[in-house]
Amino acid sequence: MEPTHSPIYLDNNATTQVDPAVVEAMLPFFTEHFGNPSSIHAFGAQVGKALKTARAQVQALLGAEHDSEIIFTSCGTESDSTAILSALKAQPERRVVITTAVEHPAILTLCEWLEKEDYVVHRLPVDKKGRIDLDQYKSLLAPNVAIVSAMWANNETGTLFPVDEMAEMAHEAGVMFHTDAVQAVGKIPIDLKNTKIDMLSLSGHKLHAPKGVGVLYLRRGCRFRPLFRGGHQERGRRAGTENSAGIVALGKASELAMANIGHENTVVKRLRDKLERGILAKVPHAFATGDLLYRLPNTSNIAFEYIEGEGILLLLNKLGIAASSGSACTSGSLEPSHVMRAMGIPYTAAHGTIRFSLSRYTTEAEIDRVIAAVPPIAAQLRKLSPYWSGNAPVKNPEQAFAPAYA
Amino acid sequence: MWEYTEKVREHFFNPRNAGAIEGANGVGDVGSIKCGDALRLMLKVEPATDIILEASFQTFGCGSAIASSSALTEIIKGKTLDDALKVTNQDIADYLDGLPPEKMHCSVMGREALQAAIANYRGEAWSDDHEEGALICKCFAIDAVMIEDVVRANGLISVEQVTNYTKAGGSCASCHEGIEEILAKVCAEKPSHVNQAAPACATQGPSAKSPATAATKTGLTNYQRIRKVEDTLEAIRPQLQRDHGDLELIEVQGKKIYINLVGACAGCMMEHATMGGIQAKLCEALGELVTVLPARELAKELARAG
Ligand SMILES: Cc1ncc(COP(=O)(O)O)c(C=O)c1O
Ligand code: FES
Repeated sequence: MEPTHSPIYLDNNATTQVDPAVVEAMLPFFTEHFGNPSSIHAFGAQVGKALKTARAQVQALLGAEHDSEIIFTSCGTESDSTAILSALKAQPERRVVITTAVEHPAILTLCEWLEKEDYVVHRLPVDKKGRIDLDQYKSLLAPNVAIVSAMWANNETGTLFPVDEMAEMAHEAGVMFHTDAVQAVGKIPIDLKNTKIDMLSLSGHKLHAPKGVGVLYLRRGCRFRPLFRGGHQERGRRAGTENSAGIVALGKASELAMANIGHENTVVKRLRDKLERGILAKVPHAFATGDLLYRLPNTSNIAFEYIEGEGILLLLNKLGIAASSGSACTSGSLEPSHVMRAMGIPYTAAHGTIRFSLSRYTTEAEIDRVIAAVPPIAAQLRKLSPYWSGNAPVKNPEQAFAPAYA
Repeated sequence: MWEYTEKVREHFFNPRNAGAIEGANGVGDVGSIKCGDALRLMLKVEPATDIILEASFQTFGCGSAIASSSALTEIIKGKTLDDALKVTNQDIADYLDGLPPEKMHCSVMGREALQAAIANYRGEAWSDDHEEGALICKCFAIDAVMIEDVVRANGLISVEQVTNYTKAGGSCASCHEGIEEILAKVCAEKPSHVNQAAPACATQGPSAKSPATAATKTGLTNYQRIRKVEDTLEAIRPQLQRDHGDLELIEVQGKKIYINLVGACAGCMMEHATMGGIQAKLCEALGELVTVLPARELAKELARAG
């Protein structure tokens, strides 16, 4: 059966639709303004001016003091890698990295590799709501630490880390501080000049700009080593001819994000809350994960016990509803998401976590449809589950289901 | 998202035989909620004929786990128990027009549930006999256990050799780091009892492909040794037969053991892997390093000699 309504996109933490105004702003940079911004002639100069505007737009969104603190990159992952590798290269005597257990793979996979290269990585654990312990963090700050990297907002649960405070503490200890703010930028107000954050990563496609453009914010005076060497683009800090159309788009998207930040934290937040309450009111044995009082306004991560996430996604998809899951099956591993495991979510629930992430395009009618769609799906899959019987989980699931091996 | 076939989707959206059956007389539970996959298969068997009258399942798992369970129940209904036991995980995957390599374990789980349910009906004990490791090479669906066995048995030291023995790493190269980690892990182990003849990993040259030239004291007579080879191969055959294959021992010449793979195995993508696995088993049984070669190599050898 084909979806009978227009599709509903609630996977905005994965990527967002490019705003039509952003598309309009970038298109001329494929055609009439195709010049290379490094060129002396008029073709190049026009583009150079557009990049300057875009840089100022991003600067404004981040509340950065100087426009030269904005380095355009190709994506959030590149910004993350650049930040951490730069800190290690610039301070060869410091061989320790502090991060958290719930970072995006853009950080964690890099850290695993660093360990193989004989660096020491401390991953701060989180409690069951996804919060770190600041005392434990403080105890790790030492002169041998090259950099702290902690995400501003978690991509799966939306939980916010107190990065302002963490940056202050790092600064006091004389340690560089980086934050992966890929999920936070555009969703919550940010004012870098009044923080001690040294570096920040963002990614265009999470805030209604296209894929293939990102930013590394680098505080003036922070020691730096480039990842790519070559031409003098981005003041030699990121060589390679600029993705001018993408950068112009990110500038425009930043301007729009600033204009919409109020909407995100009122209308979008209200719709998110309505969705979460609506589902939890009708589906038994389900709960929201993360720090519910301190999280992004657009994200709700719900664990449905005794069912597996992929099945939920496939059935939602059939109704034209797009969301995502922390289940193992969607990633090809046998373990559920590292974020759920770090929070100690029991296995009976971790495999059935679904993330709904809204955007400024989400409507009330869409939320109503999702609230109506989810309960029958959960019921249908539970009917198939050996851990479920009638209207409740089987008693003692571990014993009722007794495999010959596990 | 996975690329599921129409058949998989159809069986997921409209699973056949879901739920419990009244009066089931064979029940098989495999997997666990911890791994994210759990399957209960219920059978109603007619005792006089051993025919499966009804089959049903309850599954906690992803789309392909549910589809595999549904397919399994459809395949086995109406079969005798003995015929049902001939159903392989490949049959389940084929019935669904294929599964993505990462999801093949869903069909394996189906076959195991079937064995468990039949054992339960017959009042036998059943225990899982296969060890499944993390999938390392997605291109050729080769897991860590397989690579580790082959590396250990043959004293392999490079990714290239692993590719020659198992195919792992021979396509997109994204698994090379993973293979290198296995090589490093095995290398770091104390030289095992099987592997005493192999020189230290770090100094072993690239010619390690035909490893053992030094004779090992096995304490077996020639006759005993060949009997041991035969016994070992006999034990492997049922596994191959389940996948519609078989093998035949052709010749034992010192360290070289020539076998013929027949049926689905011969010449297939997995021939190398199968050979590697057989070699690992033989090395273990004999307590010495041997090389398993396809019989056609013997023909070539003879041609060269003659
Ligand atoms: C927190 C976080 N960091 C980094 C990234 C990677 O960004 P990109 O896809 O632009 O490389 C993502 C994207 O999912 C993210 O959510
Ligand atoms: S994953 Fe091994 S070669 Fe592609």
